[in-house]
Amino acid sequence: MWQEYLFPASVQEALEMLVSYKGEARIVAGGTDLILELKEGKRRVKALVDITRIPGLDEIELKEGMIVLGAGVTHRQAWESPLVRERAAVLAEACHAIGSPQIRNVGTIVGNVVNAQPAADAAIALTALEAELEVADLDGRRWIPIGELYEGPGRSKVDPTRQMVTAVRFPALRPGQGSAFERLAKRRALALPILNTAVVVGLEGDDRAFVEARIALGPVAPTPFRARQAEKALHSAPIGEESIAKAAEIASREAKPRTSLLRASEEYRREMIKVLVRRALRRALEEAQGR
Amino acid sequence: MPTLTMNVNGKDVTLEIEPDELLVEVLRDRLGLTGTKVGCEEGECGACTVLLDGKAVVSCLLPAMKAQGRKVETVEGLAAEGKLHPLQQAFIDCGAVQCGYCTPGMLMSAKALLDENPSPSEEEIREAISGNLCRCTGYRKIVEAIKAASSSATGG
Repeated sequence: MWQEYLFPASVQEALEMLVSYKGEARIVAGGTDLILELKEGKRRVKALVDITRIPGLDEIELKEGMIVLGAGVTHRQAWESPLVRERAAVLAEACHAIGSPQIRNVGTIVGNVVNAQPAADAAIALTALEAELEVADLDGRRWIPIGELYEGPGRSKVDPTRQMVTAVRFPALRPGQGSAFERLAKRRALALPILNTAVVVGLEGDDRAFVEARIALGPVAPTPFRARQAEKALHSAPIGEESIAKAAEIASREAKPRTSLLRASEEYRREMIKVLVRRALRRALEEAQGR
Repeated sequence: MPTLTMNVNGKDVTLEIEPDELLVEVLRDRLGLTGTKVGCEEGECGACTVLLDGKAVVSCLLPAMKAQGRKVETVEGLAAEGKLHPLQQAFIDCGAVQCGYCTPGMLMSAKALLDENPSPSEEEIREAISGNLCRCTGYRKIVEAIKAASSSATGG
């Protein structure tokens, strides 16, 4: 499957390793998706560059109001992090929904994004959190908004034969904000979502109206989908069940779910978008009111 | 061939392996530890579950080189000094073993749980084995066995 398995000691060394293999080496972190693809012959590589032993990449920090997670942070770590639970509950919940305990122990959040599946739970949460990812190559590093990282299903703009993502960051939720993640799948472990949604809401100072809402949905489009019209409908809307139900209706209309043998019919999924978005908005609102 | 040094069930081992061997292959084919089973080979069934530095992992998706310098525990390491581990004894006592193929993986997931949380709730037990498939017993007896081996049952 591969001829070399390399452990760089720094990001710079990892990037130099990639370049020296001229497109035939690839970054690996947890490997829970990549090793499977290599086993199945869907991808070919000469060398794997394992970034999980680069010092500092497994850290979760709060820096100037931003939560920063290194590229080696696993789903398990995010779920267990008090910082993520308190100030980005949507991400903790999404990470906890992924795969199984065994997968969450090794799979990474950044890998979940770079793999670019439209239903990736952590990526849906990060879409609602308006996260940015730091992409490094030998020319330097820059932060890219998550929405600009996708090319299509299974394709991100990060080229893992020449670049690596070193971290992901997003603003930690503040008082008056709340978030929640909801998911529908055939069972609670090791099942891809039929639908998932991540929402973040913010309230006015006196808690009488929404000032903002972000609603991400998957897999209802080739890439993680933002229900922008539903978000707009919640802007300045009075808090309560009526606004929530209306936003959920709009989200269901603007999303583009397809009938899939794996994931049920379009009609069913449109109905369920309403249910999941309502549930998520209610919980996010509760959190925002309590914060 | 690269050299892999790891600690398996308390013993340091050093061996030459192919760079693309998976941990399950090294354990079974090079070390003869065939208690770890190969099921689906795609990380879905949990039969190949072992502990890496105390955490449950599926060894069929883990490049063996990831175990470099790490501690690996397999089902063969559970019994000590000729005495079964409390989890093994509980699996027998509760009738939690039928065909037995999932048992090593179940035991290792259960061990990871109890090492961190000696008296888990039923929900926590079910979550801990949610990545392990059993097609015989239907889980109830497995959950009962893990409960019986936990300190909430033994008073420890």
